[in-house]
Amino acid sequence: MIAVIVRTGFKALRRDRGAFLLSFILPIAFFSIFATIMGGMGSGSATARVSVLVVDEDRTVVSERLVRGLRREPSLAASTRPATKKGQPIAPEYTAATAEAAVKQGVAPAALIIPKGFGANPVAFGPGTGRQPIRILHDSSDPVAAQMLAGLLQKVVMTSLPDSMASVGMKYFESASGGLTPQQRKDIESNLSKFSDQMRQRDQSANAPPANNGNQAGGMVAIDMRDVVGENKRSPMVAFSAAGIGVMFLLFTASASAGSLLNEAECGTLDRILSARVSMTTLLAGKMTFCALLAFLQLALMFLWGAAVFHLELFTHLPGFLVMTAATSFAVASFGILLATISRSRGQQAALSTLLILTMSAIGGSMFPRFLMPEAMKTAGLFTFNAWAIDGYTKVFWRDEPVSHLAPQVAVLIGSGMLLFLIARRFARKWEYQ
Amino acid sequence: MATIPLRIDSVVKRFGELTAVAGISLDVQERTCLGLLGPNGAGKSTLIRGIAGRVRLDSGSIEVFGQPADSAAARAELGWAPQELALYPLLTCRENLEAFGQYQGLRGQALRGAIEWCLEWAALADRAGTTVKSLSGGMQRRLNMAAGLIHRPRLVLLDEPTAGVDPQARNRIFEMVEELRTEGTTVIYTTHYMEEAERLCDRIAIVDHGRMIALGTKEELVAQSFGGRSDVLMRFAGTVQNGAEWAALRGGTVEDGVGHFSVEQPTEIASLLDAAARDGLEAIDVTLRRPNLESVFLQLTGRGLRQ
Repeated sequence: MIAVIVRTGFKALRRDRGAFLLSFILPIAFFSIFATIMGGMGSGSATARVSVLVVDEDRTVVSERLVRGLRREPSLAASTRPATKKGQPIAPEYTAATAEAAVKQGVAPAALIIPKGFGANPVAFGPGTGRQPIRILHDSSDPVAAQMLAGLLQKVVMTSLPDSMASVGMKYFESASGGLTPQQRKDIESNLSKFSDQMRQRDQSANAPPANNGNQAGGMVAIDMRDVVGENKRSPMVAFSAAGIGVMFLLFTASASAGSLLNEAECGTLDRILSARVSMTTLLAGKMTFCALLAFLQLALMFLWGAAVFHLELFTHLPGFLVMTAATSFAVASFGILLATISRSRGQQAALSTLLILTMSAIGGSMFPRFLMPEAMKTAGLFTFNAWAIDGYTKVFWRDEPVSHLAPQVAVLIGSGMLLFLIARRFARKWEYQ
Repeated sequence: MATIPLRIDSVVKRFGELTAVAGISLDVQERTCLGLLGPNGAGKSTLIRGIAGRVRLDSGSIEVFGQPADSAAARAELGWAPQELALYPLLTCRENLEAFGQYQGLRGQALRGAIEWCLEWAALADRAGTTVKSLSGGMQRRLNMAAGLIHRPRLVLLDEPTAGVDPQARNRIFEMVEELRTEGTTVIYTTHYMEEAERLCDRIAIVDHGRMIALGTKEELVAQSFGGRSDVLMRFAGTVQNGAEWAALRGGTVEDGVGHFSVEQPTEIASLLDAAARDGLEAIDVTLRRPNLESVFLQLTGRGLRQ
């Protein structure tokens, strides 16, 4: 009897394409996405590198060697000036002020400032010896980048300034051993000088090998870290969470409410409406407006809740919030309408929407921050509404950018929404006439 | 020249290899009720959807009061109560009527008046605030009809409006249709219940295999199919041996122990009884039945099981 029940279950599953899709395709799709994000696929070069803007205020041999060391470090993407656009003159190097502004704008998650006087006393094996600390200005919406940069900085110092470390080490030795003879001092200074020359030759070599991974023991370089974006925020990550989770559920809501089109087709009200004075374009526009309004209300409620319970600064960012929410609601509504028009039944639509929405949310940053993803996955994320919406909300709530800076996000969301609506209108012809 | 409510001219509609409607032509005059009958899969529903402007024809034309069926002008003149319950189950009766009235372009006082008329006509005034899913099957059917007629069209398509309802609800629906007829509305009525067509319709069109195989009043159809002949049903006692051969010799058939014969005059029954007695068959029940619409329908479309 149990065998009959099992057999019947498998027969039904085989004929229910929606359930089949959810049972087998969705888990594989998700496994693949997360395996890619976690670095389980692809080569090491696909792994995310930390972008850092480097400012050298010291302009000494030591600081220049440190900059070169940072540029050679494979886990960092260090740049000293903005990328030059085609046909434009080379941009000036970053200063402390422009680097801080760039971090605030989200150009990079961190900037590293080498202060004046750093080269005179770069490293120490203990606390406080009058060192000039290297300043790291960071954006705490990417909490990993700053910590990773601090660790890598210690490593780079070890590999790019070994002569400075040796020199400091000898000073410690001299004070602990009661002093060196003149001959010993002469020999050591001579050797240290040769060591410095070798380092210079290595730096000047065009084919210098990248630094090896080494011990990341910290403390040799004094570091002063400052969160330049979130330092005045009361609840730094709430906006990011609200946007990420909100957009994912918005997609589900829009998909479900647009699915009423399929209900109407199945129960006959669609026929009745279309035999009245309502055209298919009007009907779709009406359905989409309903979905968009529902989505808008849902997001508004979520952010209001965030403001009330998690101290989200909603009311000081109201214009940006309204613009982003309107654009996002329009885009997700058109997505829902498209899903409804390309599906043949409610079951098929439910399966398809679950698959697509969870995939988009995973790639687009609703479940996992995009800054931690490999470059290929970051690029793939740009094909999702989630990524553009999260970027827009981050600009509003995190970077305090004006509404005019939302133009790229709004243009993509509205433009793709319109395109999806036109495609949906094309598919909806199946309902116009038999 | 006044335009007639419905003119169907040489309509053909194919779905792939299947020809659902194969050249039907038909005129429906004002203030009449046409019964559209046919077995399942005969092409009725496609024809109905064509009249409602919901089918793109392969050839031919359908005009509603002189306008193409899929035009806005035709839609304004046509009301359609589809076979399915095309209603919003979570909305109340009034909210459903309000929505469908607005889809038909009604606003303000005109809409409110139309809703009140619909609720009265469908005998649902006391259930105006009840959600559709809470209504009985008969009430849902009546509301389904009312929603299709809220804009008070001059031509009405009622597609099996009594499907699945009890005799009381069916009777109420008959009264609603008769009320429409009294007001001068032209009605096209599809049903599988022959007595409904006999009661409500002036003329009957029978469709099969996508063609119209009969058209006329009930009397005309009976005369065309049977002339002046009547059916005689003769039930025999016990198991009839060689009954089929015996009946066939006298132009009849035997089904389930009942002989079916056709006679010109009632006096021919005596001859049948004599012959049965002579051949050892004991007739225990004899019925003389004037052919009705069902007889015509079965005669024209056959007794074989359809889809």
